Amino acid sequence: MPMSETTTRDLFPGALEMMILESLRRQPAHGYALVQHIQQRSNNLLQVEEGSLYPALQRLLKAKLVKAEWGLSSTNRRVRTYQITASGLKRLEQQISSFERMFEGIALVLNPSKATTN
Amino acid sequence: MKWVPNIFRRMQYDDLSEEIRLHIEERAEQLMGEGMSAEEARRKARVAFGNRNAVEERSREVWRWPTLESIWADVRFALRGLRKSPGFTITAVLTLTLAIGANAVVFGVWNALILRPLNVPQAESLFVIQHGSDGGSHSYPDYLDLRQRNRSFDDLAVFAIRESGLDTGKDPSNVWQYETSGNYFDVLRIQPYIGRLFHASDEHGPNSAPYVVLSYAYWHNHFQDDRTVVGRVVRLNRHPFTILGVAPPGFQGTILFFAPDIFLPIVNHEQLAGEKMLNARGNHWMFEMVGHLKPGVTPAQATADLNSVDGYLKKSYPKEEDNASYTLARPGLHGDYLGGAARAFLIGLMLLSGLILLAACANLGSLFAARAADRSREVALRLALGSSRNRILRQLFTESVVLSLAGGVAGLVVSILLLRWLSVWRPVPQFPLHVPVSPDANVYLAALVLALVSGVLFGIVPVRQILRANPYEIVKAGSTGAFGRRITVRDVLLVVQIAICAVLVTSSMVAVRGLMRSMHSNFGFEPRNAMLVDIDLTAAGYTGERIPTMQRRLIDAIQAIPGADSVGSVNWPPLELPGGWQGMVYTDTTTDLSPSHAAADPYMYNVTPDYFRASGTSLLAGRAFTWHDDTNAPRVAVVNREFASKILGSVPDAVGRYFKLRDGTRVRVVGLVEDGKYKNLTEDQQPAMFFPLLQSPASWTWLVVRSNRDPQEIAVAMRSVLRDIDPGMVLEIRPWSTELGGILFPSRMATVSLGVLGMMGAMLSITGIFGMAAYSVSKRLKEFGIRVALGAQREEVLQAALGRAFKLLAIGSGAGLVLGLLATRVLAFIVYQATPRDPLVLAGVILAMAALGLLATWIPAQRALSVNPLVLLRED
Repeated sequence: MPMSETTTRDLFPGALEMMILESLRRQPAHGYALVQHIQQRSNNLLQVEEGSLYPALQRLLKAKLVKAEWGLSSTNRRVRTYQITASGLKRLEQQISSFERMFEGIALVLNPSKATTN
Repeated sequence: MKWVPNIFRRMQYDDLSEEIRLHIEERAEQLMGEGMSAEEARRKARVAFGNRNAVEERSREVWRWPTLESIWADVRFALRGLRKSPGFTITAVLTLTLAIGANAVVFGVWNALILRPLNVPQAESLFVIQHGSDGGSHSYPDYLDLRQRNRSFDDLAVFAIRESGLDTGKDPSNVWQYETSGNYFDVLRIQPYIGRLFHASDEHGPNSAPYVVLSYAYWHNHFQDDRTVVGRVVRLNRHPFTILGVAPPGFQGTILFFAPDIFLPIVNHEQLAGEKMLNARGNHWMFEMVGHLKPGVTPAQATADLNSVDGYLKKSYPKEEDNASYTLARPGLHGDYLGGAARAFLIGLMLLSGLILLAACANLGSLFAARAADRSREVALRLALGSSRNRILRQLFTESVVLSLAGGVAGLVVSILLLRWLSVWRPVPQFPLHVPVSPDANVYLAALVLALVSGVLFGIVPVRQILRANPYEIVKAGSTGAFGRRITVRDVLLVVQIAICAVLVTSSMVAVRGLMRSMHSNFGFEPRNAMLVDIDLTAAGYTGERIPTMQRRLIDAIQAIPGADSVGSVNWPPLELPGGWQGMVYTDTTTDLSPSHAAADPYMYNVTPDYFRASGTSLLAGRAFTWHDDTNAPRVAVVNREFASKILGSVPDAVGRYFKLRDGTRVRVVGLVEDGKYKNLTEDQQPAMFFPLLQSPASWTWLVVRSNRDPQEIAVAMRSVLRDIDPGMVLEIRPWSTELGGILFPSRMATVSLGVLGMMGAMLSITGIFGMAAYSVSKRLKEFGIRVALGAQREEVLQAALGRAFKLLAIGSGAGLVLGLLATRVLAFIVYQATPRDPLVLAGVILAMAALGLLATWIPAQRALSVNPLVLLRED
């Protein structure tokens, strides 16, 4: 338990939200489906604690980046389905581009340093 | 409205719980589908989900107002912290209460007198027309011409102020009236509360409109809201007048602090006053002229317009018109005449009270800095545990703002009470003066803003300290740190604050000294043990020859009362507002009796033989009058020393010399009396002359009664005696010293305000020095312990502990004293005999500041001296 508590901490802030938005961009989903989706897509590399999804979803709801409504799933379960909004889409694009720049920067810094320590 | 977001949240939270329950259920079902037992699947599903309560909690947090709720947490934390140090809290709140309260009161007065528009419709276009600098008086014919010929005003109204005896069938009493032009209410756009008001169409020449309109307050207090008064006939100075109606509650005339009891048309002035003034162009007895500017006309254009009318008047009536020109002023404070002085006084007070607030902030700032330093270990610990500096600063600011708001609220309550009291206060009993300063939203807002600003101001002082704090160093070294020898911001703050306080202490001392001196200075009469009886015989219907006969009868009647030592009468007592009569005199050798050849314009009093004894005016040479100095005897006068030296050319030989009056009458001087004060306390020595009443009759009568009996008792006895003679007379009986309240009012007011500010200044310097000394002693206790252990003497410890505090005190007081003495030059204009070059004041200020210093450092000094090196060095 204490270990899994820290799982989300291992992700950088906003990473979970970004992944949720990206998943929802492909198709609306409810919480459980989102967890499944993220774990499968990451080849189970990211062990997202299932519960940690919900605070993130609430943050997105509050920022009006997603919207939610109750309905029935394809398997006839009562689910609360989330859908990305227009501003959610915009935010996602911004985050992806800034994330890519950051990733590039980190990679540039890390590579030469590896070379010197070797 | 708070429930709206709450309900919304509750729904969100219900959704969330449901969602999470369904999530875990779905996971469990999936696991069961993979062949797990139901129980195992449910357990696994819960484990995979994580801490459900924590998730729900964190999800909910998203919806809360994070800043607001953490601010609330900060507030609670601050309150807990403040409760732990009650001394600090009480000092801070009390300081702020006083400082903010003082500012709120001064602002409240400013707001009511200057900022708030007059309570009439469209007050912004209403202006007072002033003529010259003497308070802007006009003659009635001038008014009619201005009204007719100007092209800038919708219409012009004018009024004079007078006192009359009003008889409603019961005990007659004096009322103050506005005698107004018929159009007064229409010009001001005032509607009646009940009945009707008079209009220009009611006037048909002199004494044609015997109507009165009651003010709401007078109707409420004297007619008990009786609506049937409309149409009733009352007697004013024995003449019948019909009550037309009642003015609306908010309307108290056009002068804020002088609320009339009744309004009546000016065309009936002759009937009431017994004088024909409506056609006298040279007689400027109209108190104020007001009017609304026409739309689109600027005040400058209107002024030019009025002065072009004035040009015409000067050409047409060169004898009566003087050289003064017309100006416009805001209504409410009698134009610039009083408005200017009131404004200047209030600005001065606002500056002083602003200084008080600044001093309080400086004071609290250094206390706060000391507190922050004492808590540096706590702060360091919090920083080390990952708290951000912003968070800690916010906590500190919360504390200062909580304190300042508490002080602000308390200060506001105090100021509201004071302002309410001021609003109903009648400072001068013989006039309907009052200060309508009831507080409004502006005052509340100002107090709030002041509280917040001061909270931020003194909260900001320790910021640098926190930002520079290095948790590692502080935790390692303990809280002693280095108590710098160099000049810190705190030192400067303290010096500034002490200087401000010294200014206040100096000015209040100068004012108090001045007032004390003017209370005990020589008035030229002795107000103690003297009673004044104000009788308006004209108002009681007496005219001509009947007046002196009646006066003699009244005097004889009172003389018969046991305990009445001497009784005299005077037409208008010296130092009675608004000032007495003057008459031009000429030396005996002057032949051309035009005004430019006059030797002087002395004050003139018509008195009965016993006046000098009754008033306590000492006769230096010659004789007083007798009842034989009547119209059959040669004209005689008694003069004061100034008159003797200025007009007669000799004081010792004054008796027996002659001078001339305007009409050429030669008057023989038979007596010489001491100099006195006649119009106000600050005047230069003025010449004065006294004439026997029988040779120079006057309709005003003030009886002066000297008696050692209790004032209340003798007043009752006099009233009953006088009532027996004529029950219709209006009587005002007061001790002379009470009567002087009017003339002393401005200096009393100034002295009280300055005294209060001075006291506050003194208190602030005590807390300021105390804070500084206590802090420095507590910081250096260990050092003192070592000094004592190494054999330092008491004096040396004291020197080390408090030398700095005293040095700062000396610098601050010195600067403050010099500034204060400069400031009191201004004061000398308001407070009689307020001179800064008064050794007693200098000594007083120095002593006071030294005493304050001693008082404030007493406790810290005791603490420094009682230091026990063994105990101290064992600590830590």
